[in-house]
Amino acid sequence: MANETTIRFDIFRYHPQEDEPPRFQSYDVPYQEDWVVLDAINWIKDNVDGTLSYRWSCRMGVCGSCGMVINGEPKLTCAAFLRDYYPNAIRVEPLANFPVERDLVITMDDFMTKLESVNPYIVRDDVDDTSGGEYRQTPAQLAQYKQYSMCINCMLCYSACPVMGHEPEFIGPAALALGHRYNKDSRDQGTSERLEKMMEHEAVWGCTFVGECTEVCPKNVDPAGAIQQAKAAAAQHYFKRLIMPKGAGR
Amino acid sequence: MSKRYHPTQPWNWFLQRPAYVKFMVRELTAVVIGLYLIYLLCVLATVGGGEAAFIELAGKLTSTTVRLLHAIALAAALFHSITWFNLTPKAMPVYRGEDRLADPLVAFVMGYLPWIVVTILIVWGVCA
Repeated sequence: MANETTIRFDIFRYHPQEDEPPRFQSYDVPYQEDWVVLDAINWIKDNVDGTLSYRWSCRMGVCGSCGMVINGEPKLTCAAFLRDYYPNAIRVEPLANFPVERDLVITMDDFMTKLESVNPYIVRDDVDDTSGGEYRQTPAQLAQYKQYSMCINCMLCYSACPVMGHEPEFIGPAALALGHRYNKDSRDQGTSERLEKMMEHEAVWGCTFVGECTEVCPKNVDPAGAIQQAKAAAAQHYFKRLIMPKGAGR
Repeated sequence: MSKRYHPTQPWNWFLQRPAYVKFMVRELTAVVIGLYLIYLLCVLATVGGGEAAFIELAGKLTSTTVRLLHAIALAAALFHSITWFNLTPKAMPVYRGEDRLADPLVAFVMGYLPWIVVTILIVWGVCA
């Protein structure tokens, strides 16, 4: 590598079996203009240090598994080009606001529980009755929620949200945006039940509208906007329930 | 079961990203505006004390310190209002059929336009 152009990587390392605090390890990686950070990490794993642990899969911004913090910014490593950082060093850390399993691998159990809590699926009373055919939807009805349905669960929004760091019980941007996505779906009949969960303090009202979840989202989902709209829906639901305890309806 | 590392949020988290700083400034401007409203209530109470109290107060209001405090309150109110007006379309998107209206247009119609109209009415009412 003597005459080769290189770029330095400082990578967060943590080994659970070794009773030591996390540290940063430096690697010199060949600089390729068309490489992304994930390519460089794969090169390190294949050529220098096979013990480096991280998640990745599709390499094209669809699976959402390669999210890490690059120079302080939560990003998909498959979409972060080395040329945007060269010649400066690149610091890679696991997503913030999550426990770290090992190196760049975070624990997502809590996220999955929170995601499940908002019933992220279409709820119907007549789910067993298919005699009516498919549930049709106009383009205008689709437009109401389409943006919020693009989430790939990469959790970059959780890493960018300071409320997550301050109040770990906060349900968080992606789960709330997905809850809102189903509330806005004309085929869904589970809004009332979903809002009961979403109107809790650690749900929509935990959000202080910092807005960084939207800024870091690789799919332009706008979780911050979804949560503010969900706040309005939750407030309406609360008063409807107050006035009509049995008839708040869906 | 392996031992997980639990990172903690540093006390100065709001300095980590420019957007966090902007958020904190936006929130803190509400404190400045709140203090200014208390000040305004005190001024109104003093004015209610009669002509002599009003003349004495009018003299104090022209001091450099009071002018500076008003400038700070104005800057805080402008920053607070503008940042929130710009966020309005996120909380209240407007659709025409399947098209979402542009955020700047919604911010103007919902925020800036009423703001301008109310300001003109107040200035007109004061000058009239």
